[in-house]
Amino acid sequence: MKIIREIYFAFLGFFRTFGALQFFFLRLLAGTPLIVVSRPGLVIHQVYNAGALSLVIIMVSALFVGGVLGLQGYDSLSKFNAESSVGAVATLSLVKELGPVVTALLFAGRAGTALASEIGLMKATDQLAAMEMMAINPVNRVLVPRFLGGVISMPLLAAIFNVIGILGAYFVSVTLLGVDFGAFWEQMQLNVEPADIWEGIVKSIVFGVVASLLAVWEGYHAIPTAEGVGRATTRTVVATAIAVLILDFMITAIAI
Amino acid sequence: MSEQSESLIEIRGLDYSRGPRQIFRNLNVDIKRGQVTAIMGPSGTGKTTLLRLITRQILPDKGVILVGGQDIAQLNTRELYQIRRRFGMLFQNGALLTDLSVFENVAFPLREHTDLPNRLIRHIVLTKLHAVGLRGAAAMMPSQLSGGMARRVALARAMVMDPEILIYDEPFVGLDPISMGVIVRLVRRMNDALGITSIVVSHDVREISTVADCSYLISDGHVVASGSPDDLQKAQSEIVRQFMHGMADGPVPFHFSAPDYAEQLLGRDWS
Repeated sequence: MKIIREIYFAFLGFFRTFGALQFFFLRLLAGTPLIVVSRPGLVIHQVYNAGALSLVIIMVSALFVGGVLGLQGYDSLSKFNAESSVGAVATLSLVKELGPVVTALLFAGRAGTALASEIGLMKATDQLAAMEMMAINPVNRVLVPRFLGGVISMPLLAAIFNVIGILGAYFVSVTLLGVDFGAFWEQMQLNVEPADIWEGIVKSIVFGVVASLLAVWEGYHAIPTAEGVGRATTRTVVATAIAVLILDFMITAIAI
Repeated sequence: MSEQSESLIEIRGLDYSRGPRQIFRNLNVDIKRGQVTAIMGPSGTGKTTLLRLITRQILPDKGVILVGGQDIAQLNTRELYQIRRRFGMLFQNGALLTDLSVFENVAFPLREHTDLPNRLIRHIVLTKLHAVGLRGAAAMMPSQLSGGMARRVALARAMVMDPEILIYDEPFVGLDPISMGVIVRLVRRMNDALGITSIVVSHDVREISTVADCSYLISDGHVVASGSPDDLQKAQSEIVRQFMHGMADGPVPFHFSAPDYAEQLLGRDWS
């Protein structure tokens, strides 16, 4: 009986938090037009923080993910004498799945944690309360630009991830393993449809919204202590990873 | 009633609880216009909570807080922000924005609330920084400042919009004697020169007694004494005497509530 009660309250807590998260999302959306029109500089600064500063980790990871796709693709396809299709296989894997998903996971680890801890520390050191006291809405001034910065950055980072990943696959399969140069690009052109690219774009936008929303939510609701900020940072990565993988499955199921 | 004795902030019958603990019960306080009012009390009595209630960062369970005759609990967000522009608040740790320089921290409210040209903002910010003696630190970052300097910058920021009421939350905590002397002097000077009303929350009896016109001593959720610092010094009440003279034991016990010492040492309280 006690277990049933605990499960009931856990579900209740989950749905309560989920409801509050939706209201929080609406608050961010409500503040978006004002900030975009009157303070675009704040958003651009956050695109730099979330996007430009994540470039190194995204590019290095993409290069090696692409390289692995080249190796695995070549190894598997050569069993059917179809190694010339490695370009198409690598590109489809990157554009539809790995690009948006891995970028979102890396984004959560780099930019998401930075956002959550920054906002959490601002709360712990009374910076948000000080803004309230200066009659400045901290949701609009602090959270909305950071949220938008993440939302704008994610699709751009995913696109860069795809390009570098394809170059990594090209380098491994064509330069190192001897797949024909023309076949690599031709198979890619023949097999990759605009719908595949759109699927990847939609995923990266959705993941960008979710990853940024969870990061600012966790930071803003962090318990204002060192331990509380640490926990919020950890929760950001865990919650984003789970949400991204679930949403990835759902979007893929709809697309197929 | 003369202008000097008019209450700018009136707190009537205030009750506030945090979880099972009642912080205030039937608290009554008057903050007179143009005066420096000290809110004193032992650690944990809810002095900072009272400031948060006055500025409606939290809401009371019962009672009213009138600011200039307006019940702040009844204000909508726009009206609340309007009234908060009449306040300047100095947080205990300064609460400076760590990604902005000293200059930009002080300029922050001006940039957010006005369309003043940069030249004028520069002029106002340098004037305020000069008033707290830190014009030379304008280009520094908050991480480069000492505790006393950070609090002075926060004071410059708190008064940059020319507030009607300046609130200081524990302004003397953790400061060396020189920095403390500077802050004490600034509290009085700002109040008199700018004609504002000041509320200072502190448990530093000696320092606060030198600047306050009126003091409230809060303990156990209500006002146990009020009046001029001299009145409080002469008060015969045990709790007031213990606090004002810094006696370790008295109505506020040295020991936190605990089981019997001998019983605990013998382990009989273990169940």
